[in-house]
Amino acid sequence: MTVHHIVGESVPRKEGWDKVTGAARYVDDMILPGMLYGATVRSSVARGKIRKITFDPSIAWGEFVLVTAKDIPGKNCISLILDDQPCLASDSVNHAEEPILLLAHAERHKLRRAVDAISIEYEPLPSVHSMEESERRFTIIWGADNTFKSYLVEKGDADAVWKDAAHIVEGEYFTGAQEQLYIENNGVIAAFDPENGVTVWGSLQCPYYVHKALMALCGLPEDKIRVVQMETGGAFGGKEEYPSMIAGHAALLAIKSGRPVKIIYDRMEDMAATTKRHPSRTRHRTAVSKDGKILGGEIEFTIDGGAYATLSPVVLSRGTIHAGGPYSWPSVRIRTKALATNTPPHGAFRGFGAPQSLFAIERHMDRIAKVVGISPVEIRRRNFLKPGQTTTTQQVIREEIDLNHLLDRALKLSDYAAKKTRFAEENKDGMRKKGIGIAAFLHGAGFTGSGERYLNSVVGMEAGADGNVRVLVSSAEFGQGTNTVLCQIAAEALGLPYENVAIAQPDTTVVPNSGPTVASRTAMIVGKLLQSAAKGIKETLTKTGLLGNDYTPEQFRAACREYIAAHETLKSYARYEAPGDVYWDDEKYRGEAYAAFAWAVYVAEVTVDLTTYAVTVDDFVALQEVGKVLHPVLAEGQITGGVAQAIGFALYEKVVWQDGHMINNQMANYIMPTSVDVPPIRVFFEELGNVHGAHGAKGIGELPMDGPAPAIVNAVEDAIGVRFHSIPLLPEDLFEALRPEPLEQDAPFLTRGTA
Amino acid sequence: MTPSPGTNAKCEVSFTVNGEAKKLLAHPMERLLDVLRNDLKLTGAKEGCGEGECGSCSVLLDGMLVNSCLVPVAQASGASIDTIEGISAHVLMHPLQEAFLECGGAQCGICTPGMILAAVHLLEKKPEPALAEIREGLAGNLCRCTGYMQIFEAVAGAARRVAK
Repeated sequence: MTVHHIVGESVPRKEGWDKVTGAARYVDDMILPGMLYGATVRSSVARGKIRKITFDPSIAWGEFVLVTAKDIPGKNCISLILDDQPCLASDSVNHAEEPILLLAHAERHKLRRAVDAISIEYEPLPSVHSMEESERRFTIIWGADNTFKSYLVEKGDADAVWKDAAHIVEGEYFTGAQEQLYIENNGVIAAFDPENGVTVWGSLQCPYYVHKALMALCGLPEDKIRVVQMETGGAFGGKEEYPSMIAGHAALLAIKSGRPVKIIYDRMEDMAATTKRHPSRTRHRTAVSKDGKILGGEIEFTIDGGAYATLSPVVLSRGTIHAGGPYSWPSVRIRTKALATNTPPHGAFRGFGAPQSLFAIERHMDRIAKVVGISPVEIRRRNFLKPGQTTTTQQVIREEIDLNHLLDRALKLSDYAAKKTRFAEENKDGMRKKGIGIAAFLHGAGFTGSGERYLNSVVGMEAGADGNVRVLVSSAEFGQGTNTVLCQIAAEALGLPYENVAIAQPDTTVVPNSGPTVASRTAMIVGKLLQSAAKGIKETLTKTGLLGNDYTPEQFRAACREYIAAHETLKSYARYEAPGDVYWDDEKYRGEAYAAFAWAVYVAEVTVDLTTYAVTVDDFVALQEVGKVLHPVLAEGQITGGVAQAIGFALYEKVVWQDGHMINNQMANYIMPTSVDVPPIRVFFEELGNVHGAHGAKGIGELPMDGPAPAIVNAVEDAIGVRFHSIPLLPEDLFEALRPEPLEQDAPFLTRGTA
Repeated sequence: MTPSPGTNAKCEVSFTVNGEAKKLLAHPMERLLDVLRNDLKLTGAKEGCGEGECGSCSVLLDGMLVNSCLVPVAQASGASIDTIEGISAHVLMHPLQEAFLECGGAQCGICTPGMILAAVHLLEKKPEPALAEIREGLAGNLCRCTGYMQIFEAVAGAARRVAK
């Protein structure tokens, strides 16, 4: 058999041709006979008791299907972790835009007026709109103490470090909410018939999350719920948990009406009502030696979870574990909590808590460098984790990662030293100041701790009589390249051409539960399982004597044909087995947090324009170690895309809240980077490998979201010498920080109020 | 964001779509996007924002790049419209599609039809655009997946291929 490597090659994207010809089918492109359109009536207040619902008699209500919480056949909740979030509010609401009633009608344009013709009276209750208010506990809005989850990580004796410290460096850092802003809004179609139960077609990441939530909501058994993922126009975490909500709504309308129901959010509804990245606050207090070594410290990391728990406990977990960055902490105490506020629940977004706590540590490292009087490069060098040392959860670094080498290479690629000198000289004159900043970071691949063990993922593979093989997984393609990479791994494992392997559309009646498509786990974990499933197919054929150890695709086809003639089908399944050396203590939050980490050093070059107060990123170097690069073009696309989103996180994307509502819920006033805003994003890889991943792959999808924001804000400080601790960093924030004196002092020239 | 057509009576609208003459009944203020997608089943144009910001509903109207969510169908009366489905015969289409595939210019694919139409429009005006011109030419089409780098590469690559 000629060994032609498929893994590592940039083979054509499986569904690529459909995408470039407009033929790809997204949920809104699908119309079913007799289909109705659904709409959601939402809360206009942040917290209150529902007193009265009035239907304006000018609407012909008889034409509409109306669903309230009373119509829910099963449990009124979106089943996820704590089951605290209702599918439809019945007597009280806990956040603005909370769903209360559902309407459906055959004519889509009649829905808007009908929604507006329903007025709901509330008895307002006091509401909480910041983490500070929530932790003050004057108003309890969730549980006993407004806290969804808290963690404590302790390593060494964090109280003993202060007496030996030459410097004690404190800092407080904030990150804002961020909208995923997939270009395809959330949408589903649901159908119901008594015999087959509920079927849902949707734009989603995790078919089996929706499946589980619908079983509980509809009170139906496993085999009476079918979930099919349509082509999905971007997700980034934003279609991890929310599709269970919208699928539930469509299913309720379909059950009540007996007709298929389509619900597609428009942009304003999607931005106002669905999840966003958790806002965060991180406090650091660090004991540092005279020569800049971290002796230990305390870290407090707090996130705003919104009104219901949803995924906050898990987001908090990842943020907690990443809070120490890629550094050696001899002693540390990390206290973290996820708090309730009366905003729509915050949720999964690429990075999942890590971009928040890594922003803080990477800004804080620059702060420590200043206090100690050494460079941002040197402070990192002196504290980098080395093989054999342990992370904050006391995970031993077993891989031969050399962060100093990564740093050196990134500095060289960005021409860091020369630029630093040149900028210092050039910044003496003019209004355009240049700066350069670095961030070093890590990202754990796969579920945290024992998470993968609980997931217990299964993958399948089916060979046909034509010798072609179909991959059966619930892993969803939403742009990142799942279809392509998993087919590459399967083809290589089977010794078949890439063209002979296809992937099934995720449909819970066809594919097993391979776990959710999240946490940078697909290529590494699901890919590895596919290698086992492929082995099963090969062994079935060799043990029955139909195939030798070396074979051509033609021989494979002949063997499949013969086997299937005798046995009807040829399928192989593989189930996750936890590696023996992964130890995790959920109580103490200690042990092997992740089977592998990806490592990176990013360098950002910026210009701060002191006339417009705008920050422009001029050049960006992204160097990372991600194990094996399975598909160079897709891998590069993950990095450039993640860096662009993170530039938005740092400099453009601000969610403006008013009484718990997002008030800039439009693309016109929530600004993401366009083609003229992004710098050249230069991507470089190192490939150390990883024993736990297919072909040595690690996770890659989330990593690029972590580093750009601190690198950019570090560069801004380098340019103008002003320390910012909060993102997004908008021109008005620079203006505020840089103006010589408060505006009030210019007041004589202004008419103030009517007095 | 389907605006309510209100009490306006439907009227007859004629135009050419992808070279074919079409005549249909529509409310004059109905969005061209909805007419293309619902009446003509041309679903390549996508709704991303409904307010002309994202460009995923881009089509060519008499050779101009427009956001079809902002065009009342009455305004398209008598016009010649090209959508992603129809212009596969265009001399630029194949090289652009190939280049988008090779360079990774399409990830989730939702912005891709609009992005490719914007690229066609750009290359018709500027057959060999500089990078800054590519950036400018695509600035009305948002992509959340790629960070644009591989799209720039695809457009430059297609231009080189056509120039040969």
